[in-house]
Amino acid sequence: MLSFLFRRILIALPTILLISIFVFALQKILPGDPLLVLAGEERDPETLAFLREKYRLNDPIWMQYLAWVGNALQGDLGISLRTNQPVTELMAQKLPVTIQLAVMSMIFALVIGIPAGILSAVKKGTATDYVANIVALSGLSIPNFWLGIMLILLVSVKWQLLPASGYVPLSEDFWLSIKTMLMPSFVLGTALAATLMRHTRSSMLTVLSADYVRTARAKGLVERVVILKHALRNALTPIVTLTALLFGELVAGAVLTEQIFTIPGFGKLVVDAVFNRDYAVVQGIVLVTAVGFIFMNLFADAMYYVLNPRLRGQ
Amino acid sequence: MTDAAVNQALNADPVLAATPENRVWKKFKRHKSAMVGGFLVAFFVIIALAAPILPIPDPSATDWGAVRKAPSWAHWMGTDEIGRDVMSRMIWGAQASLLAGVMSVGIALMLGVPLGIVAGYFGGWTDAVISRCTEALLAAPFLILAIALAAFLGPSLTNAMIAIGISATPIFIRLTRGQVINVKSEDYVDSALAIGLPTPKILSRYILPNVLPPILVQATLTIATAIIAEASLSFLGLGQQPPAPSWGSMLNTAKNFLNQAPWMAMWPGISIFLVVLGFNLLGDGLRDALDPREH
Repeated sequence: MLSFLFRRILIALPTILLISIFVFALQKILPGDPLLVLAGEERDPETLAFLREKYRLNDPIWMQYLAWVGNALQGDLGISLRTNQPVTELMAQKLPVTIQLAVMSMIFALVIGIPAGILSAVKKGTATDYVANIVALSGLSIPNFWLGIMLILLVSVKWQLLPASGYVPLSEDFWLSIKTMLMPSFVLGTALAATLMRHTRSSMLTVLSADYVRTARAKGLVERVVILKHALRNALTPIVTLTALLFGELVAGAVLTEQIFTIPGFGKLVVDAVFNRDYAVVQGIVLVTAVGFIFMNLFADAMYYVLNPRLRGQ
Repeated sequence: MTDAAVNQALNADPVLAATPENRVWKKFKRHKSAMVGGFLVAFFVIIALAAPILPIPDPSATDWGAVRKAPSWAHWMGTDEIGRDVMSRMIWGAQASLLAGVMSVGIALMLGVPLGIVAGYFGGWTDAVISRCTEALLAAPFLILAIALAAFLGPSLTNAMIAIGISATPIFIRLTRGQVINVKSEDYVDSALAIGLPTPKILSRYILPNVLPPILVQATLTIATAIIAEASLSFLGLGQQPPAPSWGSMLNTAKNFLNQAPWMAMWPGISIFLVVLGFNLLGDGLRDALDPREH
């Protein structure tokens, strides 16, 4: 297990290195001189020269890169132009908000997606299967920011059941916090549920035609036991991996969802940063989400290894 | 089974009796959902192309006497916050949406397929370098990457297409590479090598046509993703710039008038949904029709 993980981490290292190069290159394709923004209206040559020195813009590009990576490794991703706060600190503030949104969305996705997938596989070819498939495909095709807008219109404006926007920290008021996050996480969760449903269905279909399921049926087990104990357990292995891989979709979906429900999370941070030309923040977020995704990949591999004893001998 | 019996069986099945191209078409027609997808896509394509000749008002013409009017005979889909005809903006917006979907996937194909072929066919160091870069790009979530690129390139429809295209490229590199690795050990590639054909010819004549079907399926499905991505970028203000019409930016404006003018949010959402559903259904149908294993 350890050697397996170690090998995977070794493979991940060059990928992380490349990501850092891409993210660093982003600021170099930027048209114009970012320092002109920093130097303000006067563009005093002395200030410019000072800033140029401070940000090492006179050094060769590879030295600039090394300095940037060196700082990033120590948790220093630069300073936000807008708030003058360190980028790492800004992200640390917003992270809990997005994690709450992500966890609640994932619960929605799992609770809807997996049972729907099982049901549609077991009832393959029936009306239930057909309806489940149409709903899933619609879920994939609905832009989730539109679904969010429509839900606000219906649930908040018309019925006045849930707050339309905002965020309350869990520590402040637990139930209000959950209530405020309910609609956003439903919106984000349904999109993932559709993907999960489709994969659960095809995974279950493969397993249901396996020999051991036929054997289980042949020895007279109740259908419920056959499906839940024999089939589902095996079908779930790829689903667990997929769930970890949905992390990317979750982060991307959070950008729009947070925008619509004005939730002060990671996604709102990146959009605000984009509009304020706060490039250090944009870079920081791309770097952190990409590295986060690689770790989720590693985690998925590890889970696959743990759940699938057949791999352990290799 | 004797030959005659086999032939009889083949002729009895309309799918098996057909030529390969015909067979794909016949299998495709069997999938009702794929046909629905095809019709949806065709409908929007025709509307988008016909936009200049349709008898609709100028999409940018404002009418201060008809601000935020509900759908009526004069304005079938109502008017927006400065009295522009929503239906006209929807139709012109279809152009932007489809253009963005097709162009960005075109960019992704043009970059991704050659790189995938080179990586898969030559292997070794070339493959290692291309594959590591692909993984690095895949690690950044699709939309985050597109947003970052669009932000750094500057907001416009063209830049949104470039950003989405680059973000979608790794999908095609990876898919093409995998397909090429499968195909390159086939006998017909060996024989092409044996008769001394030059490598470019082998790649274009023997490898490319045989890896194309799954790429075509993926391209169709990616158009769906790209249309949503463009709508998302425009919604955030990073795509098509006002006053040019785009479904995403229409939704962005509409969310400020939900109470007074809900129709402004209805139409763009429904249209994005239908066009994306169309491409998804079409892609699913193509996958089944092009899959040689399933008859």
